[in-house]
Amino acid sequence: MTFEPGERVRVLPSEKPGHVRTPAYLKGKVGWVESLIGAFPNPEELAYGHSGLPERPLYKVGFRQTDLWKDYRGPAEDFLYADIYEHWLKPERGTT
Amino acid sequence: MSDHHSHQEPGGTTSPYAARIRAIEALLLEKGILEEPEVQDSISYMEARSPANGAKLVARAWVDPDFKALLLSDGKAAASELGMAPQHPAEFIVVENTPEVHNLIVCTLCSCYPRAILGRPPDWYKSFEYRSRAVREPRAVMREFGFEPPEGVEVIVHDSTADVRYMVLPIRPPDTEDLSEEDLARLVTRDSLVGVSAPRSPSRTSRG
Repeated sequence: MTFEPGERVRVLPSEKPGHVRTPAYLKGKVGWVESLIGAFPNPEELAYGHSGLPERPLYKVGFRQTDLWKDYRGPAEDFLYADIYEHWLKPERGTT
Repeated sequence: MSDHHSHQEPGGTTSPYAARIRAIEALLLEKGILEEPEVQDSISYMEARSPANGAKLVARAWVDPDFKALLLSDGKAAASELGMAPQHPAEFIVVENTPEVHNLIVCTLCSCYPRAILGRPPDWYKSFEYRSRAVREPRAVMREFGFEPPEGVEVIVHDSTADVRYMVLPIRPPDTEDLSEEDLARLVTRDSLVGVSAPRSPSRTSRG
């Protein structure tokens, strides 16, 4: 599965234990793919001495701050970008 | 363990973390996984890097539009052009502040920082408080650093969660048309490269 810039995505609400690079505050949140950064060995396996291969696509994903924090104090046009691996994303219907 | 090695630090205190690191280092050396020169090389590598590198990149970008384009499209290539050797598997991405957008960098998961360019991060960058608040209330955090983006400016927080290290290209301060590249670099603070504040204004520098 590959995502195109602009595509709406939801971060999986997975509770996978161990070394993961998806921060808890983004789990289950909806944003959009800003860009494809590249492909990198999977850090979830690298951390335990494995090769991390095949490499996994890494995306820059954008979120509205007001979608992340109910009590966000700032304009609706404030954003947060995070780098999320493809296997943590699923397509989300609708438009941002 | 009953075998107590006494690794006193120069100040006479030994933190549990320092003791643990020394124990790990001793084991790695003993098992031949690591050699002493490699440890020294690593220390030299880190100490040769500092925010002055970031300031040089920024000042060049302010005076040279072609270099600025390169810095924003391929940060490592730009750093190499100025003689820095950013050999590190992580990507190096520079994000540009504009009159419409202000960028702020954080790593909520640990303390990812463009060490290959800027050296070690400041302690506050690694603090739990900065890491948790920068994503949740970035404007309040910046105010505490004495900086407030002008009204109408979007704030974008970059959480370096994975294989990218970020640096901010701040806005060139006004009234700096006559400054040399070297003088411009002196205006660029480490904090402005993280985005918690803006570069110095020239009048403040001349006062010392």
